Amino acid sequence: MSMDNKKKGSDNLSSPLSKVKGLGSAKYGVEDWWAQRLLALVMVPLTLWFVASTLGHAVYGSPESLRSWLAQPIPAIMMFLLLGTVFLHAKLGLQVIIEDYVGNPIAKTIMLVANNFVCFLCAVVSIFAVLKLHFIDSGVFSSSLL
Amino acid sequence: MSDDIDIRAQRPLSPHLQVYRPQITSVLSILHRITGVVLAAGLVPLVLWLWSVAYDLEMYECISRFFSAWYGKLALIGWTAAFYYHMANGVRHLFWDTGVGFSKGAVVKTGIWVLLFTVLATIGTWYYICFVVA
Repeated sequence: MSMDNKKKGSDNLSSPLSKVKGLGSAKYGVEDWWAQRLLALVMVPLTLWFVASTLGHAVYGSPESLRSWLAQPIPAIMMFLLLGTVFLHAKLGLQVIIEDYVGNPIAKTIMLVANNFVCFLCAVVSIFAVLKLHFIDSGVFSSSLL
Repeated sequence: MSDDIDIRAQRPLSPHLQVYRPQITSVLSILHRITGVVLAAGLVPLVLWLWSVAYDLEMYECISRFFSAWYGKLALIGWTAAFYYHMANGVRHLFWDTGVGFSKGAVVKTGIWVLLFTVLATIGTWYYICFVVA
């Protein structure tokens, strides 16, 4: 395949009006597609681990049992990873749905922005809670020097 | 841009839902999307639950009560089923992404496996919760 007539960054076939209107290919999206697959791959073991370890004690257990479980570093780190990947994966998935079904450009923009904000906020809030439970509530780090 | 939208609104869509009988392919495909939305929606209570354990035990009690009631348990079972379906079908998608499993027979067979896994895993999980742990 000859690449002679393909100058990087220049586009000789679009009219100026179409360029201004933003018509044609977005030239973006593969990275989202790939990220979604990588996240999905990582989430298979992560979610199964979550189901296995919370079955029983955290699901219908007590706040104390959740605290003592999260006091250990590996469950806390795994929860951190799980929450991060879950909300990234959810954000990407919901993004595709919004792009597919919302036609109005203003509504679409608002919903895409809201999607990003809400998923990020949920990730931060939940990870924050996990970190608080691990570092503060567990009592592992209370120092007699303080 | 708005004149493009108006033109699109005026053109009719070629009928599909009124025409094609649901197939295992199309149904499982839209179910993957639907379960994805259900899972995403279910993450919100999860965030609130985690937060409440750390910062608001009153909220924790409230959430615990909701999910211990029959309607809460039903919601959890539904969410679990959505999770197992989405994960199993997601793995099926990952195989497709490598180019494997596109023959008509394979698509139907793996689709049935996904449904079987969903049912068995959901029943197994909740049997474990209700009878082994509690």
